[in-house]
Amino acid sequence: MKKLFPALFLLLANLVLVVATAAAQDKPEMADVMRSNGKIYVVVVVCLLILFGLIGYVFRIDRKLSKLEKQSKD
Amino acid sequence: MHKSWWKIAAVILLVYTIVGGFLMDVPRLFILNESIRNLYFHVSMWFTMMILFAVSLVYSIKYLRSQNHKHDIYASAYAGTGTFMGLLGYATGAIWASYTWVTDQGQSLSTILKEPKLLGAGIAILIYCAYFVLRGSFNDIDKRARVTAVYNVFAFAMLFPTIWIIPRLVGSLHPGAPGSESGNPALNFNDIDSRLRMVFYPAVLGWTLLGVWITTLKIRTKLLAEKSLL
Repeated sequence: MKKLFPALFLLLANLVLVVATAAAQDKPEMADVMRSNGKIYVVVVVCLLILFGLIGYVFRIDRKLSKLEKQSKD
Repeated sequence: MHKSWWKIAAVILLVYTIVGGFLMDVPRLFILNESIRNLYFHVSMWFTMMILFAVSLVYSIKYLRSQNHKHDIYASAYAGTGTFMGLLGYATGAIWASYTWVTDQGQSLSTILKEPKLLGAGIAILIYCAYFVLRGSFNDIDKRARVTAVYNVFAFAMLFPTIWIIPRLVGSLHPGAPGSESGNPALNFNDIDSRLRMVFYPAVLGWTLLGVWITTLKIRTKLLAEKSLL
């Protein structure tokens, strides 16, 4: 009988632990830390800069082509 | 710069795609976690490819009806940008799959990449690569235009069994295959969360407009270069 209580207690504690970890796994892991400390904005700025660089490049080619088209028309 | 309103629209939509795509709320899912945001980039590439190939097909048929050499230039330029977008879609998909499909059950990326959806997509892109090989093998412009226009119709028709039908018939890890819950080989429109839709549709439109913009530049260069022929 003396040994039964600690055994029961251990079992109970184990059950609680299993339930707790299951509850923790219920929520998929997301990059919440990155969002809360604002580092995500660094990513956004870098991607935007790359996008603007590419768009600017396409824009310049467009302008040059328009000039060439005008020249060949004359 | 002519007809520039849709170019401005493309820029605005792409800025919205990146800002909204990184900062807006997304569904919390297991395995995918934060990588669900790839939907705005990886899937949009394939949508853009499909749209550009469809435009290419229309110009090929127009060429066959009219024998107007301009339509041949349009068709080849749209097919070129479409193939490029397809390659980007394939590469981004490979990266995404290597982080979400490889589990801890002793798989490696090489076993994962033997997927019906990926093989089909690879075949589809190779068929379009063959279109350019075929174009390069002709000296006679008229013959080249006519044969490749017919081949382009075949290539577009081959897209459907390779990337839409076969992955639907056999099991695949790709969302939409019989193994997964939805029934559509790319994605099920009833399945997408409305939060994802808020960014996804503008993203598709933005990337498509950028693809069209680049294509028009290629067309205009070609028209300038071949001015004496036209």
